[in-house]
Amino acid sequence: MSEQNEVILRVEHLKKYFPIRRGVFRQVVGAVKAVDDISFNVYKGETLGLVGESGCGKTTTGRTIIRLYEPTSGHVIFQGEDLAQVSGRRLRQIRRKIQMIFQDPYASLNPRLNVMNIVSEPLEIYNVANGKEKKERVAELLHMVGLNPALMNRYPHEFSGGQRQRIGLARSLALNPDLIICDEPISALDVSIQAQVINLLEELQEKLGLTYMFIAHDLSMVRHISRRVAVMYLGKIMEVTDRESLYEKPLHPYTKALLSAIPVPDPIIEEKRQRIILEGDLPSPANPPVGCNFNTRCPFAFDTCFHIDPEFLEVESGHFVACHLIKPDDKNQN
Amino acid sequence: MSVYEVQPILEHLLEINNLTTRFYTEDGVVNAVNGISYTLDEGETLGVVGESGCGKSVHALSVMRLIPIPPGKIEAGEVLLRGKNLLKISEDEMRQVRGAQIAMIFQDPMTSLNPVLTVGYQIIEALKLHQKLNEKDARDRTAELLSLVGIPEAAQRLNDYPHQFSGGMRQRAMIAMALSCNPMILIADEPTTALDVTIQAQIIELVKQLRDKFGMAIIWITHDLGVVAGLAKRVNVMYAGFLIETGLVKMIYGNPHHPYTVGLLGSLPKIHRKRDSKLYSIHGEPPDLIGLPPGCPFAPRCSFAVERCLQENPKLEPIEADHMVACWEKERVRKVQ
Repeated sequence: MSEQNEVILRVEHLKKYFPIRRGVFRQVVGAVKAVDDISFNVYKGETLGLVGESGCGKTTTGRTIIRLYEPTSGHVIFQGEDLAQVSGRRLRQIRRKIQMIFQDPYASLNPRLNVMNIVSEPLEIYNVANGKEKKERVAELLHMVGLNPALMNRYPHEFSGGQRQRIGLARSLALNPDLIICDEPISALDVSIQAQVINLLEELQEKLGLTYMFIAHDLSMVRHISRRVAVMYLGKIMEVTDRESLYEKPLHPYTKALLSAIPVPDPIIEEKRQRIILEGDLPSPANPPVGCNFNTRCPFAFDTCFHIDPEFLEVESGHFVACHLIKPDDKNQN
Repeated sequence: MSVYEVQPILEHLLEINNLTTRFYTEDGVVNAVNGISYTLDEGETLGVVGESGCGKSVHALSVMRLIPIPPGKIEAGEVLLRGKNLLKISEDEMRQVRGAQIAMIFQDPMTSLNPVLTVGYQIIEALKLHQKLNEKDARDRTAELLSLVGIPEAAQRLNDYPHQFSGGMRQRAMIAMALSCNPMILIADEPTTALDVTIQAQIIELVKQLRDKFGMAIIWITHDLGVVAGLAKRVNVMYAGFLIETGLVKMIYGNPHHPYTVGLLGSLPKIHRKRDSKLYSIHGEPPDLIGLPPGCPFAPRCSFAVERCLQENPKLEPIEADHMVACWEKERVRKVQ
């Protein structure tokens, strides 16, 4: 990873609101603020982890970036071009550079197509390869993800969850993408299979120079695979920083609580650990609290938190936090 | 009279001997639980870990006699609750045991609560049936239980329907229901798998508090080795319907002897340790439970496997106090560790 500082994707003030409609005339009565003004960069060749609990908007973020959802506002700048502005042919051309793998390996593969058809579909859509060439490319892709190319005439139901996730990965690699958005790719898999898929993702990244955005709720796996991590809560990014400082020196109270909630597979550590137990549940994104989104559960919340939404500031080099309690270092101010 | 007969045999709270459950399906016979034996003492917390399809849930349902028959069938074994074999008693007697002496909570609190009845009604029903309380006492007790498990404004909330509760609150309500009749044993089948980590931490903390308060024994079934590390004293590791390693949590996590346990622990990223090495991964997939091969079920995936492993299935044997393992090559595994 030599080109670590080249920005491949820049997300600026991205918002995605889903309208809530009521009544006979389907009038808009409110909005679910699934993604509410988030900004971050993804650097070439890195893995950015995006973590948060269910309903925090991490999947919506991934889907809005590749325009599976239309953004409400904001910019998604990929290799210098704003994805939120382009449309039609140009959008399709950019989109082939960004691929996605999905959480559920059972729902994300068409059960009526065999592996050959599934993996070659992108090649056909973009008219990249045909006939013998197409078949060779599919065989090469299957080989790359550790599947036997001889199985290409089989159907998804003949494969296990881990193998299906490999098929989905082969499909996403078909067009030589630069960025792959991995939306919880391992959470439906068993523990011993998870490690296989993670190792494969890392191998491919090294070999093909891929950039990943890795969306997950499993912080220990995110720590393993990511170089930098963004923590989301209720549609907003609370903290972004590199892996080491996030896990060793988390600043935001939510990040601290999230880290402390993870059970560690070591009875000796577990015995000594002091947990921060958050009270209550995630508020509804249709009706987020006034001020900081986390104020309903934050053990440190004070007056200001209930009135003013904290700014997302760089408190140390490369370490961004949105919290009233954390002030930027003097050297970084002005 | 030998020395052994003079000494009173300590009775375990729950003793399971050679429990075997199979399912007769159109595709063949599924060997879901293959002769497992273990004991549980009063107030003890036992973790049962394994991947999906390893028989951990089916074993719990067999203990409760909740296996759908047919296609399922408990083929052999004993489930002794204070010496009484639950597999031999009548269905009516079993109904007295379920809920009152052994209670169970399930993974998905949405599907295990009845959506058309209020949460309160479902708990009141159990209290009236098992504790013979009248309506008013049962209602008061239910409000008390719900506030015990941390549901705010419990007296009002018991008139709510399950869909008005969040996932974490539903699981709390399930726990309140399970505890309503002061069971001796609580079986928790992946109770936090469907919940977010911060909510999972709340529920685990709650269960620990309740355990200390009421002193019930807990069988906690999960695939998350981390949860077991913080909660249980002893752990059973299951694979393909077999119990392959059992003992004190500290011993097994610190010094695993079965190659599967070693692999499972190794495949987890360590949040408290620096990394950058590759994750250890067990190659291959868990076996099909229809037509298991004769040898050790883990042999096809095992890097220690020798000829014998493919022929004969090893039995659980002690390797130190309170630590048993089923592996022919356990000495070699120990040396490599």
